[in-house]
Amino acid sequence: MLVTALLSGLVLGGTYALVAMGLTLQYGIARIMNLAYGEMIISAAFLAYVIYTGYGINPVLGLLITIPAGFAFGYVIYGVMMKPLVARARDKASLEIDSILATFGLLFVIQGVLLVTFGANFTSYNYLNVAVELFGTNVAANRLLALVLALTVGGALYLLLTRTLWGTALRAVAVSPASAPLVGIDVNKAARYAFAIGGGLAAAGGVVISMYQTFTATSGVVFTMKALIVVIMGGVGNVVGALSAGLILGVVETFVATYVDPGLTLAATYGIFLAVLLWRPSGLFGRRAG
Amino acid sequence: MNGKTILAIAGFIATIAALAFVPFVVGPYGVTLMIGMLGYVVLATAWALFSGPTRYVSLATVAFFGVGAYTVAVFSESIPYPLLLLVAAGIGLGVALVVGIATLRLAGVYFVIFTFGLAELIRQLVTWYEVNVTGTLGRYIFLPITPEGIYWQLLALAAITFAIAWWIGRSRIGLALRVIGDDEVVAVHCGINITGVKLALFGLSCTIITLVGAIQAPRWTYVEPSIAFNPTISFLTLIMALLGGAHRLTGPLLGAVPLFLMFEWLSANFPNHYSIFLGLIFIAIVFVLPRGVLAFIEERWTLWRRNEPVSGRTADE
Repeated sequence: MLVTALLSGLVLGGTYALVAMGLTLQYGIARIMNLAYGEMIISAAFLAYVIYTGYGINPVLGLLITIPAGFAFGYVIYGVMMKPLVARARDKASLEIDSILATFGLLFVIQGVLLVTFGANFTSYNYLNVAVELFGTNVAANRLLALVLALTVGGALYLLLTRTLWGTALRAVAVSPASAPLVGIDVNKAARYAFAIGGGLAAAGGVVISMYQTFTATSGVVFTMKALIVVIMGGVGNVVGALSAGLILGVVETFVATYVDPGLTLAATYGIFLAVLLWRPSGLFGRRAG
Repeated sequence: MNGKTILAIAGFIATIAALAFVPFVVGPYGVTLMIGMLGYVVLATAWALFSGPTRYVSLATVAFFGVGAYTVAVFSESIPYPLLLLVAAGIGLGVALVVGIATLRLAGVYFVIFTFGLAELIRQLVTWYEVNVTGTLGRYIFLPITPEGIYWQLLALAAITFAIAWWIGRSRIGLALRVIGDDEVVAVHCGINITGVKLALFGLSCTIITLVGAIQAPRWTYVEPSIAFNPTISFLTLIMALLGGAHRLTGPLLGAVPLFLMFEWLSANFPNHYSIFLGLIFIAIVFVLPRGVLAFIEERWTLWRRNEPVSGRTADE
């Protein structure tokens, strides 16, 4: 029981970590608080569903379509919607409010499109739904694959950000958008790519979710919420923080669902969020704000 | 008090009195429409009471609205009616204070995130409680209240809300709020207890929102969490307040009336597509009218007045 709960907690946590990494890039580097993030995740889940059930392409191979699609969507949305807001923002706070409001509208647009296209039903598909024996307990192969995918994408992103010049430039923008141009970094371009990579990660997360969970057109809000909490827990812009916080949240939620009551998982999430806000608002892994 | 203020107060009282007679003129459909419209006018005004001056965007309107509606549904048989409203208001205030104490000490973005999921959290908690403790999901409300009664109660609440908003606008606490909205650091240095002021206003705004839910609850007859905590209500309230301009007393009113009528029309004619339209309208408002219609018109007006003499002079020369 304990091992089973821990394993499914890690699977869930890996998924949360994956989607939260995208959000932390969007908020930390592009300075856009994207409330439509969960809708991007759910759109990718539906896309994976369509290409698996409609065209017979398996979701892992389908990532070759969904991730670029998510990246392109993020790129376009940043160029069309966010750039004018960035241009007119007087300071960080007013950009925050504008981006919150604009993406809140976008949330309803995407959700409306999904509802019209796919209806309000619970959707899921069967892919690799076979049991695998691990540490003396049975785990579904698709869940294991989800964890492996989350860790692979997350690890690749981490290497990209820390080992390449391009990643270093992105991190420099996250630390100080005002000083980055002084060393020859194009902040606008960096923000646009960070937002687009966030879209790609949301798409990857959506595919992973669709492999082992049921989803509906309206379940994006909960994913945005959880990703936001993970981002705050891990410290804004901190990829490793998001990875660890995501795993913690997934494990805690699964334990609450297994040992207390499945209906109280969101309450557990909020409990953690409240504790972080009261104890360390700058994140478990961030520096203490002065 | 100068003459202009007395005139404004007299006009306000006359308007409320005239509106009180509306149910005798329009039919049952008219009353239903007026209830919906008044409900949103109060919601948007109460929302702007806190979020307008402080710029702390609250996405949790329906969390409090739903708390009000559900409280009435749960206690409608055990508590007499006027007391029921007080209990609902008390619960709403309690929730608001807990949320406020946790988040209002911090930067605005934490508050936004917390309120973003609050409605979903409360909905799940209520569902969990109903399923596990009482064993029923969904409740009937049988209260001897006519639609006209609901309308008059909402009208009274609207009058009170406008009076409070007007009073706050000219009191010390209103000034403190505006300073907080402009610059929190300055506000602290002026000796304003910023957390206290924000908490008080948030509590007040949420109590009014809770009361709107409680007063409107008898219209539904049947209530379940997915009806009471419908996220569209938060969304509509936000658009209405922003369209009119959240910084002004009458801004939310000017936003609520046309948008409510348009929403009624859209949901009747495009029941599946209206959330797409609303989202697009909302994005357009954020881009074109970031400070609301009233501020936009005023800016154009001053611009026009400033240009007028200038162009006149060039014509003379």
